[in-house]
Amino acid sequence: MWREAALVAGKDLRIEARSRVGLWQVVPFAVLVLVLVAFAIGPDSASLRHAAPGIFWIAVLFSTVLSIQRSVAIESGEGTRDGLRLSGIDPAGIFLGKAAAVGLQLLVLQIVLWAGVTVLFDVRVHVVWLAIVASLLATVGLACAGVLYGALSAGLRVRDTLLPILVLPVLAPVLLAGSKAWQAALDGSSSSGAEWLRILIPFAVIYLVIGIALYGPLQEAA
Amino acid sequence: MNSIGTVSRPRGTVSRPRWLTVVGILGVVCMGFTVWLGLWITPPDAVQGNLARLLYIHPPIATVALYWAGGVALAGSLLYLWPRTRSFFWDRLAAASVEVGAVFSALTCTTGSIWGRPAWGVWWAWDARLTSTALLLLLELGYLALRRVPADPAIRARRCAVAALLIAVDVPIVHFSVDWWQTLHQTGTVLDPGFHLHVHGSMAWTFLLGFIAFSLIFVWLLGVRYRIEVLQDQVGDQEMEVSLAERWNEGTELVGVGSSGHHVPEGGAP
Repeated sequence: MWREAALVAGKDLRIEARSRVGLWQVVPFAVLVLVLVAFAIGPDSASLRHAAPGIFWIAVLFSTVLSIQRSVAIESGEGTRDGLRLSGIDPAGIFLGKAAAVGLQLLVLQIVLWAGVTVLFDVRVHVVWLAIVASLLATVGLACAGVLYGALSAGLRVRDTLLPILVLPVLAPVLLAGSKAWQAALDGSSSSGAEWLRILIPFAVIYLVIGIALYGPLQEAA
Repeated sequence: MNSIGTVSRPRGTVSRPRWLTVVGILGVVCMGFTVWLGLWITPPDAVQGNLARLLYIHPPIATVALYWAGGVALAGSLLYLWPRTRSFFWDRLAAASVEVGAVFSALTCTTGSIWGRPAWGVWWAWDARLTSTALLLLLELGYLALRRVPADPAIRARRCAVAALLIAVDVPIVHFSVDWWQTLHQTGTVLDPGFHLHVHGSMAWTFLLGFIAFSLIFVWLLGVRYRIEVLQDQVGDQEMEVSLAERWNEGTELVGVGSSGHHVPEGGAP
């Protein structure tokens, strides 16, 4: 299963490396969200600093939707999905591979956004380990839940409009807990931030387990 | 088979079961009594005055939205996914329950909001329960959007059952996260965590009657919605049959024209 996951992840990441959709479309979109939300809030630096964690995670969440749509689109043409299904690869392996590819892209995106909020909103992360752990856990949750919902909407003509309404309310706890953990990391209060990892950990674990168990039946339904 | 080109009353129309009508009438009667007792008979609350009258309907609606509708939807979806019990009955029941649940979730938010205006001074407070109910409503709308996407019934049923399962998993996480995020909402009204009764006399009876009334109305709406689901599927099947028959007839006519075109009339040859 792990070898198959690595193969699928390698395939998806190679396609991304060659097409550069993530680099030229998703990353600029995320930065655009930072700038646009700042326009909406206004130029007051204190308000922007206060809102920075929330803006960061909103940008991550919207970009997750784009990454998932891209991950589904890779398999949508020329009977690719059927090819993948008929290749005999364990569905759990496909799920893990696709989630790993999306997760890695999201991590790169978060590094760019981290730099973005540091420069644009003049914030400094005081508890670095907390920000990193929160980001890693949130990424696992976002990638797993996202890939699951991507499979749910795969093969539908309306998937591009359907996916956001399906997945964004589900990802709301990550937005909430991620923002709070990052707020604590910015304020330097590691103990109150660590509390929020108690939401991120079960979210990541539950969607990882459900994905491994349900990706097979979902693929058949698509 | 029906005549081609007209979609008349679907065959085998499901008749409305009598028990459903009885449940509906009982629900409306109980609702009438709840309104009468709640607005005219019960005294105003010692602390909250007339505002407390909203509590005869708000907690029952929330209970129906979360526990009754959520429970039936989850059970229906699980029973559909389980190979031994797989039947479209469970799929339709789950779908009907989510739709009725969405209505009750919207009503929970609305009545909560009406309560919040005088009690908290704002129409919408980012209170834990109000916020998680709003998120539940959005999750239900997502399910209904997925449900409306045309697909083969078996594929749609499986997809929706998985979606319902994912929603059911998400609801507790949403609840806990929002609960930690902020809370203004009062704790349980009727029973505290130690199951001690806090409402007495005519107020308690009205409260109980509200629960019964909304539960009956839920069952009635669920039954009606289930029946519509069956009828919709039948109309879909019938339309498919009609269009297949039309294509078949067109094909047969074309074959007829083609063969008459090659027909050489007798004596036509020189």
